[in-house]
Amino acid sequence: MKDNLNKLTMREVPGLIACEECDAVYRRLALGRSEVAFCRRCGAELERDRRAQRRHVLPLAIAGLCMYLVANVFPILELELRSGLFSQATLIGSVRSLRGEGMLFVALLVLATTILFPLIQLLALIYLLTFPIRFRRFGHPTTFNLSGRLIQVLRPWVMVEVFLLGVIVAFVKLTSMATVLPGIALWAFGALAFLLTAVFSFDPRCLYISRCGYKKQGK
Amino acid sequence: MSVKTAAKLGMVSCPHCATLWEDVKAHDRCGRCGAGLHLRKPDSLRRTWALVIAAYIMYVPANILPVMITVPFLGKEQQDTIMSGIIYFWNSGSWGLALIVFTASFLVPLFKLAVLTQLLIAVQDHSKRHLLLRAKLYRVIAVIGRWSMLDVFVVTLMTGLIQIKGFATVHPGEGIAAFAAVVVLTMLASISFDPRLMWDVTEHDPGRSHESR
Repeated sequence: MKDNLNKLTMREVPGLIACEECDAVYRRLALGRSEVAFCRRCGAELERDRRAQRRHVLPLAIAGLCMYLVANVFPILELELRSGLFSQATLIGSVRSLRGEGMLFVALLVLATTILFPLIQLLALIYLLTFPIRFRRFGHPTTFNLSGRLIQVLRPWVMVEVFLLGVIVAFVKLTSMATVLPGIALWAFGALAFLLTAVFSFDPRCLYISRCGYKKQGK
Repeated sequence: MSVKTAAKLGMVSCPHCATLWEDVKAHDRCGRCGAGLHLRKPDSLRRTWALVIAAYIMYVPANILPVMITVPFLGKEQQDTIMSGIIYFWNSGSWGLALIVFTASFLVPLFKLAVLTQLLIAVQDHSKRHLLLRAKLYRVIAVIGRWSMLDVFVVTLMTGLIQIKGFATVHPGEGIAAFAAVVVLTMLASISFDPRLMWDVTEHDPGRSHESR
C-alpha cells in the first residue's frame, strides 16, 4: 500500500477550491464582475473577481514608485522654533538617528516596513505586470514564482499607512513645542499609502489561474 | 455536518496559488507556483505557542520601560512610557488622538495575545464550541496587528526631528525595542497559526495526524 502511494505522482484537481481558513472544498464558480465568493461554513473569502481593477494596477504601481521616490528624498516634517532654530527630518534620516542611538533592531524594523518592503513590493509587481503579462516573456520560472510569492508574503509587513498615522500623532505632539510644517514627503506618503492600497487589490494568484482575466501562462 | 474538506478528500491546497492537488507526498512542491505543499501549516501549534509566550515576556518591559526620553536644554529630562504618552494626549485635550493611540498601542496587543492564547487552548482541547466566533476573531487579529507599530513610528520621527542643540534632544528608550518585539512576535504568531486546525475537530478523526504535517 505504501509502495503504491509512493509511485503515484501528485495530480492537479481542476475546478475545485478549498477554503484557506477551514479547508471546506467548493466547486469553483464563474464569478461575475466584482463578485466575491465566501465560504459557507466559516465566512472567509474564497475568491474575488478583480477584472474591474486589473487595468489600473500597472499605472497605479508606476505612480506609486514616483511617490515613493518623493516620499523618501524630501523631509516629512519641518520644525521652526521662535529662537530661529530649525529642524527637519526625512524618513531615512530618522532611521539613521535611531541606529545612532543604538536601536539597531528598531531601526531595521522601520527601515524594512516603510522603505525596503514597499519598494520590493512595487518592483516585484511592476515586473510581474510587464514582462510576463504585457510582453509574454516569462523568463526564468523561479524569478516569476518568487516575485509572486514575495508580494503575498510581504503584504502584512508593508506599513506605509500605519506610518502615516504615526506622522499625524507626532505632528500633534510637536505642535505644543514649536511650529510644525508638513513637508513635501508627507503628502507623497499620503498618496503612496492610497496607491498601495489600490495596487494591493492585485492578487498574484491571477497569474496562475487562467480564469481571472489574464491569459494562461504558457507551458 | 457533511462538509467535505480537502484533507478528508485527500487533497492539499497550495497556500500561494490555491490550486488543489491530489496524492501529495512530503516535500512536494506546487506544480504551478512552486510553493511548498503542507496539509496544515507545519508545526503550527508549537510555533504559535513559542511566539505567543515570547510576546507575553516582552510585553512586560514594553509597558514598564520608557519608550522615549526627552532631554530639554534647560530643566529636567522626561521619560515617557506607552501609557504616559496616552495620558499626556488625554490631559492636553486631544481625546481623539488619545483614543487612537490607546487602541493601537494598548488594546490591540493585549487583545491579540488574549485571542491567540484562547484559540490555541481551544484547538488543544478539541473544542467544538463557538467555532464561527473563533474564526471571526482570528480574521480580526490578522488584520489589526500591524497598527500597533504606530508608537514605534512616532518615536522614530521624534528622534529624527528633535536633535536640536540649544533646545531639546529626544532619545528612544529600551521600551520601544521591547514594544516593537511584541508587535513583530504577535504578527508572526497569527501568521503561523493555522485556522484550519480549529475546524478539524468537526471531522470524525479529530485532526491528530494533521497537527504537525
